[in-house]
Amino acid sequence: MQKKVIFRGRLLPIALLAPQLAVTFVFFFWPAGQAIYQSLLREDAFGLSREFVGLENFQEVLSDPTWLNAALNTVVFSGCVAALALGLALFLAVQADKSLRGATVYRSLLIWPYAVAPAVAAVLWLFLFQPEVGMIGRGLRAVGIPWDYRLNGTHAMVLVVIAAVWKQLAYNFIFFLAGLQSIPASVLEAAAIDGARPARRFWTIIFPLLSPTTFFLLVVNLTYAFFETFGIIHALTNGGPAKATETLIYKVYVDGVENLNLGQSAAQSVILMIIVIALTAIQFRAVEKKVHY
Amino acid sequence: MRRRYLAAGALALASLAAPFSARAQQPVEIQFWHGLNQPLGGMLEQLATDFNATQNQYKVVPSFRGSYAETVVSAIAAFRSNSAPHIVQMFEVGTGTMINAGRAIKPLHEIIAETGVAIDPKDFIGPVAGYYAAADGRMMAMPFNSSTSITYYNRDMFQRAGLDPNAFPATWQGVEEAARKLKAAGVACPMTTSWPSWIMVEQVLAIHNVPLASRSNGFEGLNTELNLANPILTRHLTNLANWQKEGLFRYGGRDTAAEALFPTGECAISFMSSGSQARVRREARFNWGVAMLPYYEGVAGAPRNSIIGGAALWTMNRGPNGQRSREELRGVAEFFRYISSPAVMAKWHQDTGYVPITRSAYEATKAAGYYQQNPGADVPIEQMLRGGDPTPNTRGIRLGGFIEIRNIIQEEMEKTFQGQQTPEQALQNANTRGNQVLRNFERTNRNN
Amino acid sequence: MAPVMAPVATPAAPARDDALLRATRRRRMLSHLMAHGALILGVLIVAFPIWMTLVGSTHDAGTIGRGDVPLLPGSHAAENYAIAWNEGGGRTRTTPASTMLINSLLMALMIAAGKIAISILSAYAVVFFRFPLRMAAFWAIFITLMLPVEVRIIPTFQVIVDLGLVNTWPGLVVPLIASATATLLFRQFFLTIPDEFVEAAKIDGAGPLRFLKDVVLPLSLTNIAALFVILFIYGWNQYLWPLLIINDRSMETIVVGLSKMIGRGDSQNDWNTIMATAVLALLPPVLVVALMQRWFVRGLTETEK
Repeated sequence: MQKKVIFRGRLLPIALLAPQLAVTFVFFFWPAGQAIYQSLLREDAFGLSREFVGLENFQEVLSDPTWLNAALNTVVFSGCVAALALGLALFLAVQADKSLRGATVYRSLLIWPYAVAPAVAAVLWLFLFQPEVGMIGRGLRAVGIPWDYRLNGTHAMVLVVIAAVWKQLAYNFIFFLAGLQSIPASVLEAAAIDGARPARRFWTIIFPLLSPTTFFLLVVNLTYAFFETFGIIHALTNGGPAKATETLIYKVYVDGVENLNLGQSAAQSVILMIIVIALTAIQFRAVEKKVHY
Repeated sequence: MRRRYLAAGALALASLAAPFSARAQQPVEIQFWHGLNQPLGGMLEQLATDFNATQNQYKVVPSFRGSYAETVVSAIAAFRSNSAPHIVQMFEVGTGTMINAGRAIKPLHEIIAETGVAIDPKDFIGPVAGYYAAADGRMMAMPFNSSTSITYYNRDMFQRAGLDPNAFPATWQGVEEAARKLKAAGVACPMTTSWPSWIMVEQVLAIHNVPLASRSNGFEGLNTELNLANPILTRHLTNLANWQKEGLFRYGGRDTAAEALFPTGECAISFMSSGSQARVRREARFNWGVAMLPYYEGVAGAPRNSIIGGAALWTMNRGPNGQRSREELRGVAEFFRYISSPAVMAKWHQDTGYVPITRSAYEATKAAGYYQQNPGADVPIEQMLRGGDPTPNTRGIRLGGFIEIRNIIQEEMEKTFQGQQTPEQALQNANTRGNQVLRNFERTNRNN
Repeated sequence: MAPVMAPVATPAAPARDDALLRATRRRRMLSHLMAHGALILGVLIVAFPIWMTLVGSTHDAGTIGRGDVPLLPGSHAAENYAIAWNEGGGRTRTTPASTMLINSLLMALMIAAGKIAISILSAYAVVFFRFPLRMAAFWAIFITLMLPVEVRIIPTFQVIVDLGLVNTWPGLVVPLIASATATLLFRQFFLTIPDEFVEAAKIDGAGPLRFLKDVVLPLSLTNIAALFVILFIYGWNQYLWPLLIINDRSMETIVVGLSKMIGRGDSQNDWNTIMATAVLALLPPVLVVALMQRWFVRGLTETEK
């Protein structure tokens, strides 16, 4: 996509780009390069002795059962978060869309969790689900459910998913509502006159029209679940119990920051960067496509 | 910053008659990074403020850097970039990492020798000194907030269950019986523990005089191997797993996560850090008592002293090629001398529940009648002095990568409590995985 | 946009009897009632954690520590907030919330303004000029979109240390102002500016900088406002980076300060003052979203147009 009419000049655009590029190179590419360099080394924590080991770190990471476990957790966690956050948001958006005046009111009431920092969101939910202090935690125990996210891996996963979905719901709701409201009324009227039942109408007409929105949101939700939920997992479960909620990004942190195994942590970072770049490319194409809609 | 220099310069000019007084007004700054949450962090920083008020040559600047683990990481990153703090507070599991850090650290015994500041290592309490001493006995770090784990129990619940509220059973056999009676009396959670690895593995081994790892728990070299799959641990973990099934024991999470179970009145018995007394005192609405950790009756040599937890203060060099000046080291030493002086240490001990690290502070506290007014306050220190001088198995643990190993142990324990594997498998897995960490550490650190 | 609930009373079939019409209406009513029910339930669930935070900030520490948090506010609000505001929550000697709020505000404003400024400039260069490596530059910016800070945190921290920027505002803000999303947004918007505008400007003899100032910026105002809301929240909610870069308490931000009070979840916590601090930390971004909702929604959905 390009403009046909442009200004001439070479120095000016480069000068305009310079601040952004400088920041990008100094604080993104330089550190990223360092990470790549580090992933080929084996080094003690203080940087006093180092040994070049080639791809050994990658070999070890990829054959490490705990890394594979983290990869699996990431898939489960991201899948649950994306499915729930999208499903619930779509459901609520469809309900809100039924009444135009109500829609904006409900939107106002539903969107503010977006403004809450993930770490803070985790604290709010911890305050509710803590088995001894939290109201819901105690309630679950009172009705005979042995709620304990500190020992039961499934409970822990449920808790981080709830906190992550809560935080993301608002975002998805806004997009779905905007998508629904931009569907021309004439399309819906035509469908109604055809006598299609509401449920059928939704799946055969509305949902396909929403698919660009859905796809875009899917990518956004997946990247959110991959990376931005770090604070939630960190505050709620620390990746436990027994690594049940350890995701790939959390493992990078644990190995690099807690276990001080810099080489392997860097190797994991590099693997993640590759995944990220792939996701970015997919999202870029999705966004570009939508421009043509 | 620049303005401050200018101001200082102006001052110096103004007081030409006494140029040295101007110098004295610009104290040497000692950066001190710590990892203590509130309220302990505040008490710690108060110590620095008090120290700064006692003299004007040095200014200790404390800075909270997050959890212990986060503090370690920022200190290491700073060291690599030639801007390490003078003093960093390092939890006891990081000891192996620090001792092997070569020129990154400045050992305490060198500081004492070079500055001549009067800190007497012989005054340190045995298990405290042992944990932070090199193999030859010379002190590497300044012990500071040392704790040990003890038993807390709910006296009201003991009474209700027909147990003697003034006598906590000394042995695990007795604890098991008591837990059963508590359960029969309707207590939903007879016992729990915080710090699962520290208390249920490391302490159990020390108390029964069994090594956690070869080469004297790693004190004698990096080529050490774990010894987790041993009879006493197998017995204990099997018991815990069975007790959990029977409803006598509840797993409450890692680190301090289980702490809330006790003051809420949910669990009748809890094994926690001695540093948790402040919290229990504040929140518990029932009669409670403290006691020493139990041991297995009939195990030869038991019970011995428990090992310490908490943290020590390490002095760091500025960076790979940056040494500390004599003045800086002197400031560090003076601060260390101040915090370990009997009155200051005794107050710290009484305010926080951490053990007094020096005999003189312990004696001072005793002489002041503190233990008589606060029955049980001397349980931690008595427990640490139990069974005479520490043995190679009870001196402490000196493993590289121990932070990771401790997490591995906790993970495998969790899998056992989830019913995914037997206690034998858990210990075997932890042993295998932990040894891998040790080999990694050996490989990257053998040249330091 | 036409209302979606357009009446479907079918004028084409006057012969149909009233009963059918009434049945249709009833069904519609019912469906609307259910919709409202579901939405109200959703709102309540979404609001519940915040409500309990508010409640938690009005009780004393012991009540919460024992797990006796009631559903309704207690009577300790004034003292809890006073402690959080003047002395700092959590217990003793943390930074007062008043100081941390100012720091957070400064950080959020600088990040938002910085991001917008450099993004407009770079998007303008990419859209209105042709020069060698134009797309390479664009992609270099774009790839940073999701390079999360956790992935490169230690090397980035080292860069800041090497540059001597620890504990400074530039160290805190500058690494965060590179913005692929903002650049992308402005690029998309600039592409929609009709070519005729550029041609007219050229005919008038206006140079690129004047075109930027006189035409592009005024046209972009709504986009800037919308983006500002989003970026303000982004800046306000930063926490891992400030945690590493700032160790001077007078520069502490409130999200970091809060996370430091929390510690390991439930160790010796004064939940009451922590919850009061949490409310204070939540309030500014939530208010911004609530009061500037139109800009906010627009800013979010803009990239999706």
